[in-house]
Amino acid sequence: MSVSVRIPTILRTYTDGASEVASEGATLREVLQKLDADFPGIGARILDETGKIRRFVNVYVGEEDVRFADGLDTATPEGANISVIPAVAGG
Amino acid sequence: MSLPPLVEPADELTVDEVRRYSRHLIIPDVGMAGQKRLKNAKVLCVGAGGLGSPALMYLAAAGVGTLGVVDFDVVDESNLQRQIIHGQSDVGRLKAESAAASVREINPLVNVVIHNVALTTDNVMDIFAAYDLIVDGTDNFATRYMVNDAAVLLGKPYIWGSIYRFDGQASVFWAEHGPCYRCLYPEPPPPGMVPSCAEGGVLGVLCASIGSVQVNEAIKLLTGIGEPLVGRLMIYDALEMKYRDVKVRKDPECPLCGKNPTITELIDYEAFCGTISDEAQQAATGSTITAQELKDMIDRDEDIFLVDVREQNEYEIVNIPGAVLIPKGDFLRGVALERLPQDKKIVLHCKSGARSAEALAVVKNAGFSDAVHVGGGVLSWVKTVDPSLPTY
Repeated sequence: MSVSVRIPTILRTYTDGASEVASEGATLREVLQKLDADFPGIGARILDETGKIRRFVNVYVGEEDVRFADGLDTATPEGANISVIPAVAGG
Repeated sequence: MSLPPLVEPADELTVDEVRRYSRHLIIPDVGMAGQKRLKNAKVLCVGAGGLGSPALMYLAAAGVGTLGVVDFDVVDESNLQRQIIHGQSDVGRLKAESAAASVREINPLVNVVIHNVALTTDNVMDIFAAYDLIVDGTDNFATRYMVNDAAVLLGKPYIWGSIYRFDGQASVFWAEHGPCYRCLYPEPPPPGMVPSCAEGGVLGVLCASIGSVQVNEAIKLLTGIGEPLVGRLMIYDALEMKYRDVKVRKDPECPLCGKNPTITELIDYEAFCGTISDEAQQAATGSTITAQELKDMIDRDEDIFLVDVREQNEYEIVNIPGAVLIPKGDFLRGVALERLPQDKKIVLHCKSGARSAEALAVVKNAGFSDAVHVGGGVLSWVKTVDPSLPTY
């Protein structure tokens, strides 16, 4: 499935500044694998050493936080909008 | 989901107040009842900085009866690009005092309470207890988790906002009616992984975009109008000029507001968030030199390879002569190592010493055992070696 992934400012160093990039996969896991293949290093900023989503990063498929869906196994239908939202603390 | 008003209305508005707030009074949803609620409201703003500036100013103008300001810091020239509650003549003045003066100038009917202290686990519960609602405009994870935990433990709603460069986020956390900050982000990032505004910068006007969203939500909660931002995260991208919102669910496993809470009192937030990672701390121990020592090494013509691990923009503002720019991210990704000569002593520096400590851990792990970093970074260089250079 071809999907779009929104990249937050702090990870745009990996995507040459692009705020939105295309990726592919039937599940979030596959989408993130493709993303890391296209933009090496970005995967490690989203997933920890054990392959789980880092607890200060939220990933949404559409409006839904995948932590409350099927995590990395969450289905990513054709045309899905995926957002990566890391915690920031600036004020 | 609409919620009942947080505050009971004051008995009446004076003639002066009716004149001042007339543009609110003629909005049917606010009206006399809503304005009386604002008059009776007690709102605390944590931080009189980027978000606190517009938040305090609009809360004051809106007629919130009691406004508390918590800040321990003093106004610095580098604050004025965004912290519009302070002006040029306030540089060096306590932020809480300066902010209170502006609030009084905007609206003398507001009772301003100055908390000229750093918020700590010893005082946060007492300070929060006197208010109906908290607005969080702090600038670090440790304080943000403390604000969240105190608000949940006291059963108070609070309005959270956060900014970085061109990105903003905002939400209303109120455990009684929805999720808390820990439901959204269960753990803080390890130190050094997410840059602060002091490291990464922030567009000044972004503070207004997010601070005004926070005030908007404050007024809605206090007066009980509209759909509060409870259970939703508002995400703003200033470059694309897009606001989006996503759902934030209450986590049944949340250690603070879930079914079986394990956090029942305040914790050690510095330890929870860390100021610098253990690896960096270890690497820096015994391998930290002063800016003056670096100057002496340069003067003695020692065979060193000086690396500035900040970002290009920062390098352009000010740099130490002879330093090669290799941003910290290149060390974390491992691509920086091949640029380091094997036959020279590696000396790393950043703005203030935190990022260079993180990079030092990587460099030492790669076998450069005599590598060092400069404590206090380029700021210390400017202060002790060359005060003619600019700081930021």
